[in-house]
Amino acid sequence: MTAAFDEMFGEAGAAIEGALPRKAYAALDKWMKAAPPEFFDARRRQAELFFRRIGITFAVYGEAESHERLIPFDIVPRIISGKEWKTIEAGLTQRAAVLNAFLADVYGPGECVKAGIIPAELVYGNAGYRVEMTRVRPPHDIFVHILGADLVRVGEDKFYVLEDNARTPSGVSYMLENREVMMRLFPELFARHRVAPVETYPDSLLATLRSVTPYASDQDPTAVVLTPGPYNSAFYEHSFLADKMGVELVEGSDLFVQDARVFMRTTEGPRRVDVIYRRVDDDFLDPLTFKPESALGVPGLMAAYEAGTVTIVNAVGAGVADDKAVYTYMPELVKFYTGQDAILPNVPTWRCREPDALAYVLDHLPELVVKEVNGSGGYGMLVGPTASKSEIDVFAHKLRKDPQGFIAQPTLALSTCPTFTEKGLAPRHVDLRPFVLTGADKVRVTPGGLTRVALTEGSLVVNSSQGGGTKDTWVLDE
Amino acid sequence: MLSRTADSLYWLARYVERADFLARILEAAMRMASLPAGDGAAGAEWDSAIAISDQREAFTAAYGAADEQSVRRFLAFDHANPSSIRNCLAAARNNARAVRTALTSEVWESVNDAWNQFNALDEKGMDMQAFARFIEWTKSAARAFDGAVHRTQLRNDGHAFLRLGAAIERADNTARILDVKYHLLLPASEPVGGGLDYFQWSTILREVSALTAYRWVYRESIKPWLVADLLILNRQMPRSLASCSADIAGQLDQLGQAYGRRGPAQRAATATLGRLTSLRIEQIFQSGLHEFVVGFIDENARLSNAIAEQYLL
Repeated sequence: MTAAFDEMFGEAGAAIEGALPRKAYAALDKWMKAAPPEFFDARRRQAELFFRRIGITFAVYGEAESHERLIPFDIVPRIISGKEWKTIEAGLTQRAAVLNAFLADVYGPGECVKAGIIPAELVYGNAGYRVEMTRVRPPHDIFVHILGADLVRVGEDKFYVLEDNARTPSGVSYMLENREVMMRLFPELFARHRVAPVETYPDSLLATLRSVTPYASDQDPTAVVLTPGPYNSAFYEHSFLADKMGVELVEGSDLFVQDARVFMRTTEGPRRVDVIYRRVDDDFLDPLTFKPESALGVPGLMAAYEAGTVTIVNAVGAGVADDKAVYTYMPELVKFYTGQDAILPNVPTWRCREPDALAYVLDHLPELVVKEVNGSGGYGMLVGPTASKSEIDVFAHKLRKDPQGFIAQPTLALSTCPTFTEKGLAPRHVDLRPFVLTGADKVRVTPGGLTRVALTEGSLVVNSSQGGGTKDTWVLDE
Repeated sequence: MLSRTADSLYWLARYVERADFLARILEAAMRMASLPAGDGAAGAEWDSAIAISDQREAFTAAYGAADEQSVRRFLAFDHANPSSIRNCLAAARNNARAVRTALTSEVWESVNDAWNQFNALDEKGMDMQAFARFIEWTKSAARAFDGAVHRTQLRNDGHAFLRLGAAIERADNTARILDVKYHLLLPASEPVGGGLDYFQWSTILREVSALTAYRWVYRESIKPWLVADLLILNRQMPRSLASCSADIAGQLDQLGQAYGRRGPAQRAATATLGRLTSLRIEQIFQSGLHEFVVGFIDENARLSNAIAEQYLL
């Protein structure tokens, strides 16, 4: 693998002594070199204390002991120039529009399938496909109100979309808290940079939710955040967002459906609900329609949805669009719905469902990253270059058994960013998850997003469930 | 506000109040244990602590006889005892965590800090002095919570549910202290008004931080009926049943006004307060302190149920 592009030092990589920083990092570099090392140690401890105190924790599945853990936070910001951001923003807006058009299409006329852009079985046989949605037309035809796209950078002007998260993307609370912590710790740095604010996100989210109130609603729209409860790994975020928006954080048992309308139980009696920002998966939303044993959902919710009295954000069935197999068709889908090329390209991907591709992948496993089509959070994936021989053999077996279930990508040299480690400042690989809000009125893209960093040297896995950390992300307002 | 939110606020405050109460029970037991033994009451102080906590069956099943070690362990640290200080702090934090959106950050931090600090304790290496410090710490954690609520929490319906939870729990606790004292503490051989009796009544006053208050109010040596008067009927005494009842009725009135509707909870609270206001301590002693207190505990529990049915479900 060639040296990775470094966010601070550019194509030359971070390895070269005395390398000059890229323009966006010039002021930061100067400031960091001027500060004594103890200064950063003290600030890092303060940051940790701050996070612990406000109770931002992240529950990791399968770790009963450390039921609540802090996601490591690195104090070196990741900086994106205003010019770079313009391109990213345009690409994200295009991506969100295409995902929405695609979903309206697959639950409607099915033009993309008829035109042969994407195989029918990938859509209609997809685990994320919900046949119920052919009877529901989501208010304003919006399916993906909140999109979290995972971007990776491999060169000066080379950003790829690695993944679309069109169901319930998480991480936005870390984006906001990271900024809050950074502003408290380093006010002098913010005085030297014009950093585009991210604090408006909760207002933008609320405006988006209110804009998509159902047509049938005749009152000032009431929006709620629906959470699976305090034991969910992202509960902190659910409660954080409800708090910042000033809306109720509800669990399934707080809601009930009567005459195809949704109400919440309050101390003043039932109150009508118009928009539900749900952080509960499709399968658990309504035990009458989906998993009957689900205690997280609301019986009759789908009937209300079908009757058009409530908006569910993101729409039920949006999972078809962030499936990793469907992802591979995104360049073609962008062209199909917009007539233009994708502004943000996909990572070159082999679809293992295609025999030629499968043969290639099986021959090159040690150099590829293979992902389960339906996996997420870094689970169920093979990173060829770091895998042992036996891990590769096991994976090859899985692949042969179920080629449909996998895609493969080259091992990308994800860009690195200087990060504090046990041995001092060192380059670590990062990705970027920006958030795109699509309302009935407009599209709102928050400048920046969540930068995730793989803290282990050489590691490419940035997921917080696997030991990744986060950084504040600055978009310079130039 | 969501009924579940109100429920969590109510129980958050109840559990914090209960943790404080357990600390006070343990403190009183330690003090009584320092009395010279030999008068037939040896060990009774630890037994009475279990009796007050209303957990006798669970305690006996797990530990058998009550002594300092077992009672300390059971009331303060036991994972299996749902009403140990440990589990009260855990339950308080879980409730707080579920309704963080309804709490100021100061209130949340008071509960979260208490839990984090509790977890950093070393129970095994705790000698008598360290345990006394732990008791003080528990009481100060409850005060930090009360203070954060008082200083920062918006005076809306959420605040009313916090206050209701605290007042209902406190009323229950005060009633239990009184009852256990009267019927379990005093050995049959000991004369009412004797030295042991005196010490126990004054310990009860200490338990609720009211020894000085007693002297201010009555300017007399300690007499059982005056202690009962202070803890049952005196409206100046913040832990008295009358004070708690006034607080409960007041909070429910505010809720009734805010929501434009009164219900069974308001009627029950008003009735209790009315009775406590018109009663005199002589009447209570005439018809039996024990009967009165048991009746009150039931009534208080029914009121809690009425609040739950009207608002929390």
